Amino acid sequence: MKVHEYQGKEILARYGVAVPRGILITTAAEARTAASKLGGRVVVKAQIHAGGRGKGGGVKLAADPNEAEKVAGQILGMTLVTKQTGPEGKLVSRVLVEEALPIDRELYLGIVLDRGEGFPVMMASRFGGMEIEEVAARNPEAILKAHFDPDVGLHQYLARRLAFGLGLEGDAFKAGVKFMGALARAYADSDASLAEINPLITTTDGRVIALDAKMGFDDSALFRHKDVLDMRDLDEEEALEVEASKYDLNYIKLDGTIGCMVNGAGLAMATMDIIKYYGGEPANFLDVGGGASQERVSAAFRILLSDTHVKGVLINIFGGIVRCDMIARGVVEAAKQIDLKVPLVVRLEGTNVEEGRRLLNESGLDLTVGEGMADAAEKVVKAVVGK
Amino acid sequence: MSIWVNKDTRIIVQGLTGTEGRFHAARCREYGANIVGGVTPGKAGQDVDGVPIFNTVEDAATATEANASLIFVPPAFAADAILEAADAGIDIIVCITEGIPTRDMIRVQRILQGLPARLIGPNSPGIISPGQTKIGIMPAHIHKPGTIGVVSRSGTLTYEAVDQLTRLDLGQSTCVGIGGDPLPGTNFIDCLEAFEEDSETEGVVMIGEIGGAAEEEAAEFVKQFVSKPVVAFIAGQTAPPGRRMGHAGAIISGGKGTAAEKIKSLREAGIAVAASPAEIGSTMKNLLEAQALS
Repeated sequence: MKVHEYQGKEILARYGVAVPRGILITTAAEARTAASKLGGRVVVKAQIHAGGRGKGGGVKLAADPNEAEKVAGQILGMTLVTKQTGPEGKLVSRVLVEEALPIDRELYLGIVLDRGEGFPVMMASRFGGMEIEEVAARNPEAILKAHFDPDVGLHQYLARRLAFGLGLEGDAFKAGVKFMGALARAYADSDASLAEINPLITTTDGRVIALDAKMGFDDSALFRHKDVLDMRDLDEEEALEVEASKYDLNYIKLDGTIGCMVNGAGLAMATMDIIKYYGGEPANFLDVGGGASQERVSAAFRILLSDTHVKGVLINIFGGIVRCDMIARGVVEAAKQIDLKVPLVVRLEGTNVEEGRRLLNESGLDLTVGEGMADAAEKVVKAVVGK
Repeated sequence: MSIWVNKDTRIIVQGLTGTEGRFHAARCREYGANIVGGVTPGKAGQDVDGVPIFNTVEDAATATEANASLIFVPPAFAADAILEAADAGIDIIVCITEGIPTRDMIRVQRILQGLPARLIGPNSPGIISPGQTKIGIMPAHIHKPGTIGVVSRSGTLTYEAVDQLTRLDLGQSTCVGIGGDPLPGTNFIDCLEAFEEDSETEGVVMIGEIGGAAEEEAAEFVKQFVSKPVVAFIAGQTAPPGRRMGHAGAIISGGKGTAAEKIKSLREAGIAVAASPAEIGSTMKNLLEAQALS
């Protein structure tokens, strides 16, 4: 799960990570008041999940409260297009007003899981503001790394090593070491999957502060972080994906025209791949899961058909725990309610397959049976793309 | 033959009194798995379909001499269940549970490093040595005893591959689901090493997916240490970056972990990569036939 910058900073601040003083606002008038409280000179930042906000015009400096109100008025309500939002952009409804700081240097600090080592890794680089992937590709030795055990935290000596490596000195060195320890603790204790501070700044008066903050959290651990879960912003998510999550369905909308419904994540990905292999484009990833019920299958079918780009549907089920007859009942039930207008190809295999096929055949639904995965994919692509 | 588990493996089930545990344990027993006990704290003295329940893994292991455990414990408690099994001296721990927090698995991995136990999973369909034993939730009837080893990060895609093999009359020695999580207890290399050493295994099917670098590392291992034919498939060639594709481990981040990169590494290591998921079985058959002719 992702959160907004202001939410990420709120979490970080609880662990003693230094962040700028800031106030979240939703109207331009509030920006004036906020700027006055923060000392006049402020930065006004659009709050959307996508990165690249600055280049898209979503981050602006204001010299005084008057200008803050004007700038906030421009940003609030704008449809911000960045390289991560896609061409349709994202509507801005919240803005963070922050004190403008006397920046000396811009650095990078981030934490992610290093799967190979089995531990989180803190990465630091002198190239603040650049994407870490870009630094890694061009100049990998410019990235300093320190692994840590979340149960223990980042050892002081490792933080010192990174701080020396970043060229921090004097007060900034001390503040940097403290900052790193706090960031590691915040990452570990909030069950984060990503904590990225880019840029991390030093100020001319020797402070070290998170100018930006991007945080992501382990979905599997949200059950023990209600405070984080409450920060979920459904406006930032695809409406169909939100609907799917209500039924515990794994649904991801894609750009193609062939809707697919599959059991199991690996088989669902492989089904997308085989659609492409035969010349089609998948409209979605949809895993109905191992414990799918008839209601869930119905909901899944309804959700994938509500994507108006879908011109054909492929159902690919290899029943292990999931029984084919249950899947068939769910599909028939949903198809009755929806008035299916696009070609449907069904491939069923595994537990109770005969019963499943019989139910589909006797349903009166206009569908094509696929014999195996390749045949089913070929048939649906042919029906949609017409070759 | 087989790796790690066979007809003599003595299994306990942690979470046997739950709906899923009970259902799947019954399927395992039908297949011939030697399930000797169950563990549910506070329910010692009860039985499930005639299998005795114990309060702790230690009690169960002492009473039954079990050497394997199958775990169906809910995600919030599963890491603790794994550690309990390892502490009781269980050799093979198979964890089916999906959705264990990563932080819990970091702790489990660190502790297991000092212990002899092998963890398979979590988020795994389990392990089966066809004709001998089944410790997991895979449908038994698609399997057939034979000489192909199968290792996979996926559940149902493995069933698909096994089904293709069986239809082509290629039986399996052992099929291991290492699970779709970012931190699996057993990885591709562990399985490849065991299959290479197993005298009855003649070829290996390896099913990977996007995310992480496990397939690349496995490719390097195959290049250096595996003499048997290996066929691979990578799921997620059409997956968009930055999105978690169902499995917590299946995410392309920062341009890393793409299917294209993985396929390139595998091919460079001399592994036959199936172009379509429907050709995993036939790719292995062709490879074995070509080998027989040369």
